[in-house]
Amino acid sequence: MSFRDFIAIELVLMAIKINKAIKISQKHLLGIQDLSVSDINYILDESEAFIKLNQSKNKKIDVLRGKTQINLFFEPSTRTQSSFELAGKRLGADVMSMNMGNSAIKKGETLIDTAMTLNAMHPDIIVIRHQDSGACNLLSQKVNCVVLNAGDGRREHPTQALLDALTIRNRKKKIQGLKIAICGDILHSRVARSNIYLLTMLGAEVNIVAPSNLMPKEIEKFGVNTFTDMKKGLKDCDIVMMLRLQNERMTSSYLSSNREYYEYYGLTPDKLNHAKSDALIMHPGPMNRGIEIDTRLADDINKSVIKEQVELGVAVRMACLKIFCE
Amino acid sequence: MKKQYLINANIIDPHNSINENGGLIIGEDGKIEAVGKKVNINNLPTREKPTDLKGKYIFPGIVDMRVFVGEPGFEYKENFRTLSNAALSGGVTSVVTMPNTDPIIDNVSIVDFLKRRGRDKSKINIFPCASLTQNTDGTNMTEFGLLAKKGIIAFTDGVKTIQNTRLMSRIMNSAKDLGCLIMQHAEDYDLAKNGMINSGIIATKLGLSSIPDIAERIIIERDLTLLEQTKCRYHISQLSAGKSVDIIKERKQNVKFTCGVSINNLSLNENDIGDFRTFLKLSPPLRREEDREALVQGLKDKTIDVIVSDHKPEDEESKRLTFAQAATGASGIETLLSLSLELFHNGSVKLETIIQALTSNPAKILNINKGNLSIGNDADFCIVDINKPWIVKKENLISKSKNTSIEDKKLQGKVTNTFVKGIELFKI
Repeated sequence: MSFRDFIAIELVLMAIKINKAIKISQKHLLGIQDLSVSDINYILDESEAFIKLNQSKNKKIDVLRGKTQINLFFEPSTRTQSSFELAGKRLGADVMSMNMGNSAIKKGETLIDTAMTLNAMHPDIIVIRHQDSGACNLLSQKVNCVVLNAGDGRREHPTQALLDALTIRNRKKKIQGLKIAICGDILHSRVARSNIYLLTMLGAEVNIVAPSNLMPKEIEKFGVNTFTDMKKGLKDCDIVMMLRLQNERMTSSYLSSNREYYEYYGLTPDKLNHAKSDALIMHPGPMNRGIEIDTRLADDINKSVIKEQVELGVAVRMACLKIFCE
Repeated sequence: MKKQYLINANIIDPHNSINENGGLIIGEDGKIEAVGKKVNINNLPTREKPTDLKGKYIFPGIVDMRVFVGEPGFEYKENFRTLSNAALSGGVTSVVTMPNTDPIIDNVSIVDFLKRRGRDKSKINIFPCASLTQNTDGTNMTEFGLLAKKGIIAFTDGVKTIQNTRLMSRIMNSAKDLGCLIMQHAEDYDLAKNGMINSGIIATKLGLSSIPDIAERIIIERDLTLLEQTKCRYHISQLSAGKSVDIIKERKQNVKFTCGVSINNLSLNENDIGDFRTFLKLSPPLRREEDREALVQGLKDKTIDVIVSDHKPEDEESKRLTFAQAATGASGIETLLSLSLELFHNGSVKLETIIQALTSNPAKILNINKGNLSIGNDADFCIVDINKPWIVKKENLISKSKNTSIEDKKLQGKVTNTFVKGIELFKI
């Protein structure tokens, strides 16, 4: 380790320690809805320090040494689960990731019983992803440890919204006053809901773009503008956030075909031209290339920040683990 | 049995248009001998010791048209004994039981079992329903005529709806021929698919699939259109949407039918679901406050005929789950009257209208001689301290299942005594 690296790490650690005095208003991280503006800014500020840590050679610190983190994933996940696992390990926690496909749930155990069983092993943090909305709320009522929501049904995915906000803030240096379009399968999207709460709270103007069949009822009451015409919805936007078409949650005909969807709601250079010239493209992943996004745009390093979202995701989750575990 | 004299009560018997201060005499045979203002201290034999009710109310025993009992198949949720004890504590003396048991009440052999159990274990009057279709699967009709002869009072698929329009038309034809009452739970399955709560901002916020109010309206409009062709005894079990009330008000001018509403939909709205409270996962779902107000108005102007408890006992294991996994329904027979009285206390509906919707109206629809205080009838009635404050506590509930939708709610008005056939079976 060079002296510069050493100093950099020391500064990071100092920053992490100084922030200790501020407290978060919630015991658990269940959703953005529960957080205040200062909570969100606190998490984002704290994450900044971890971005630097994650880019340095020695990525491991010990703020969570001796703590046990259980990742309870009832739905398949690549980036969120690995991101939480890395985040916990880099902070020095003992991390156990449970593949619920093989667990007692298959034998008929209820979520509460599983929770009670794990609770008896005294974990400090449970990170849960579940296909049912409100599963994390139920869990949080039954266990003694901190619960972090890694996505529940179509309700919330708070760490995704936080990492999106961090990505935007890093690139645009602000969120207030930005015009942000969220496009695609809003109905089934927890990412959309969490982002709507967070971005409107921080003062962005949010446009929602979706066909009527994928637009949740009364979503405009969240203080967003709704559009069924993508070009109008993208007009003068600073950020274009695309969502994945969640075919696995679609029980009946919402759309006629993927190719028609691409024609009207896929992000193409033509539609992107309606946004500001320096507009950034975001996507929470995994992407359906050629359905919701043109593959060239997804990989365009001048416009797409999709990889950066993944990178910052680890930092945001480290910040959340640390803050909620204290 | 000794003759009993009750005096100084406020008696409301909508069937006989009685609403006055007076008394009640119960004969040695458990029948009503006299009722009303004529029964007072001056008219009684001096050797008798009357019970002075000191201004408490006497209502006819409540007839609850929508009750789920766990027998057979779900005895761990509720059996006839626990149901009747719970009912008595709420002033309910007659119940119409839903056929959604295991096995389904869809053939004559099981009716015998049901009647025997009802008679042996229950202290209240049980009027069982059978299903409209075999195994409630919505394809083949049950034997309305034979079942009715065995003592089935009405036909319904209970929690399910007849989706097939042709089948519904044929059901109505048969019901007309045989004079049977059919009761529909109005919900279009395709629109309500996977739905759990009302469509709107709450569903969007909680991320739950929803049931739009038009899912109810479409079935109501379809059935009423069929009913114009085939005039049978038709009842809509429960309304939940304000729009449905409008339609019913309009259609009632041309075609004869009746409808009910659950006390839950009259008292609660979708905001009460709060943070995924599974005890408020109901069918039909709780809707907006505007809908609730429209339902109250519908009750007030008598567009809605009946209030039901929609008593659906569910054990803890069926409710301690995520909202999507949790069973639907709430226990409510014990709090039906007290919660209904809230509408009187807050000035929304006249007391007499409420009691009518709980007693004489359901009896009339069912064509049974219950829910009244007519002379010569079984003395089924309850005594109510209409102002008594109390708090609904899970641990004080008598029903075997404790899934009340109004836990910790403060209520005003409590049944203090309930009589069936002249015998006091419940007393505080």
